[in-house]
Amino acid sequence: MTRRIEVQGLSKRYRLGGIQHSQMLRERLTGMIKRPFWGGMKERESIWALRDVSFKADEGEVIGIVGRNGAGKSTLLKILSRITYPTSGEVKVHGRVASLLEVGTGFHDELTGRENVHLNGSILGMRKREVEERFDAIVDFAGVKQFIDTPIKHYSSGMRLRLGFSVAAHLEPDVLIVDEVLAVGDAGFQKKCIQAMEGLRNSGRTVLFVSHNLAAVENLCSRAIWIDGGKIRLDGPVKQGIEAYMASFAGEASGGADLVDGEGRLGNGDVRYTRIEYLGMDGTPSILTRSGDSLVIRFHYHAKKTVRFPSFGFRLYTGMGTLVTETGNVLHGTDIPEVKPGDGFIDVQISSLNLLPAQYYFSLWIADIGNTQIYDGDARAVLEVEPSNLFASGRTPHSGMGIAYFSQRWRFPGI
Amino acid sequence: MIRELWAFRELVYFLAWRDVKVRYKQTVLGVLWAVIQPFFTMVLFTLVFGQLAKIPTDGIPGPIFYFSALVPWIYFSSTVTNAGMSLVANSGLVTKIYFPRIILPAAAALGSLVDFLISSVFLVGFIVYYEVPLGRNLLLWPVLVVLLMLLTLGLGAFFAALNVKYRDIKYALPFFIQLLLFATPIIYPVSMVPERFQWLFALNPLSALIEAFRNVLDPTRTVNWSVLGICVAVTGVVFISGVAYFRSTEKAMADLV
Repeated sequence: MTRRIEVQGLSKRYRLGGIQHSQMLRERLTGMIKRPFWGGMKERESIWALRDVSFKADEGEVIGIVGRNGAGKSTLLKILSRITYPTSGEVKVHGRVASLLEVGTGFHDELTGRENVHLNGSILGMRKREVEERFDAIVDFAGVKQFIDTPIKHYSSGMRLRLGFSVAAHLEPDVLIVDEVLAVGDAGFQKKCIQAMEGLRNSGRTVLFVSHNLAAVENLCSRAIWIDGGKIRLDGPVKQGIEAYMASFAGEASGGADLVDGEGRLGNGDVRYTRIEYLGMDGTPSILTRSGDSLVIRFHYHAKKTVRFPSFGFRLYTGMGTLVTETGNVLHGTDIPEVKPGDGFIDVQISSLNLLPAQYYFSLWIADIGNTQIYDGDARAVLEVEPSNLFASGRTPHSGMGIAYFSQRWRFPGI
Repeated sequence: MIRELWAFRELVYFLAWRDVKVRYKQTVLGVLWAVIQPFFTMVLFTLVFGQLAKIPTDGIPGPIFYFSALVPWIYFSSTVTNAGMSLVANSGLVTKIYFPRIILPAAAALGSLVDFLISSVFLVGFIVYYEVPLGRNLLLWPVLVVLLMLLTLGLGAFFAALNVKYRDIKYALPFFIQLLLFATPIIYPVSMVPERFQWLFALNPLSALIEAFRNVLDPTRTVNWSVLGICVAVTGVVFISGVAYFRSTEKAMADLV
């Protein structure tokens, strides 16, 4: 096994506000006049983006780096790519490094696809001869053969992405550093990315891969490093890493939300929703809701007085305002004789949430059984549906595939 | 550093090539623009400074006098500006990819050289038209070009590094260049300057260079070797300190740009 990456005691500090301040010469000059004896520089508040990070990586390892926004993942990748330098600590990377922190870095709109492949290849560290040798493979992979001599300002964003990723995928580095490229692009593109990275894994490259797409991380990586607040919280097998990372959300109120009186909330207020909660089938708070999950949605309410035969229900909308469904207890023949004054809750069990990943909105209502009186109306809540290994193939469902998923089986008796 | 630059030499070439290519894309006259600018400036200078203000041209035909100075001057002013802005203009590259950062101002210096060479070819046309005989001093011309590039790159790298930290440079630089146009013998010969101020011009390396660019064209004129010697020394100091300052700020660039 060849050691590829050695990181020892790595720390990186950023000065808060330092960037804007230092950009005006005037600040420095007036600072020197006001405080000539202190050299015009005062200690600014600083933040540690990384604190004492150490790990090693060998040939053939594919490591997923997970963590929240601002945890320090991107800073780590930037230091490993030598773009920025650590405040303290040591980094050794052996072999040829390619970093793909953004797809299509350095593409120029006015240049043709062909010219951009050469330019981009050169920027990523390829020799001219290497680009020429792999040119056809790059163009084939990107699927832009027809347009290769067209300026890329006429390309669709998807074509641009494919071309950018294709150049990077043909780099053949010893160490590949990839930041969240799966967040963009359509299903076809994501599929190609994953295939390309599988290819790299199989040919013994070391890959460091940052993604919020946990399904992709789980599928591609053998090992996960979870970074939180600039420190490594866990470094271990991928399953363990992802579970620990997901469990960190459980401590928060992300399994539900209080409903506040927003503008436009309707009804006379005799019964009001107070809180929405997402639970697993076993009644424990659910950390995150994923496509295909079974879950219980618990609606908490507060009644001011006894209400007979209330009708609880909700509408679910997409982010674009399309009504996905409207449903309620009365519709299902489960009438409630009465609710007593005070707090209570009702549960809706869903055996398989067949929504594709996206943000959805609840509009909750409570009325009397004949819909003549509205007690509560248009109480808003958010339902965040995350990607999962829904297809059991490692391919990830995403919002570009629509709204709903139907449980299905593909068979080929006619082939 | 030298070895690393060698490893990245193709990138210098590609970035320079991109700049040239992009500069003349979707223009009707294309690369002719490289000549149009100095040509019409020369026409204007000949009319205003030569015919109206009657500023002497040291016995050199007006068009050659102005054009031979404008070609290196335009190279200098546009390259120092482009190189000075190169890091901020390419911030997308600087924050996403590793490469020796000096490549960006170096590519700007190389890219403008294309324009410089095209207008130099045009200058040859003038020389033929005015039947100026060729002399041995012309052999010095490539040396002058190298000196001009080193001086330009040294200043460009310095401003580029400074601009990453202090965006004031964006405003200060055009002003600096405008002042330099008058502090350099472009619209007047250095012989017009009173004796006691001549040393000041010797210290301005651009001044010595531009004077030399003029003098090598005419075999009847002699090159002032001592002034050129000072120019080489000052250029060396400017280049080395410019690049050294650039190197010293290189590590923090991605965090500031």
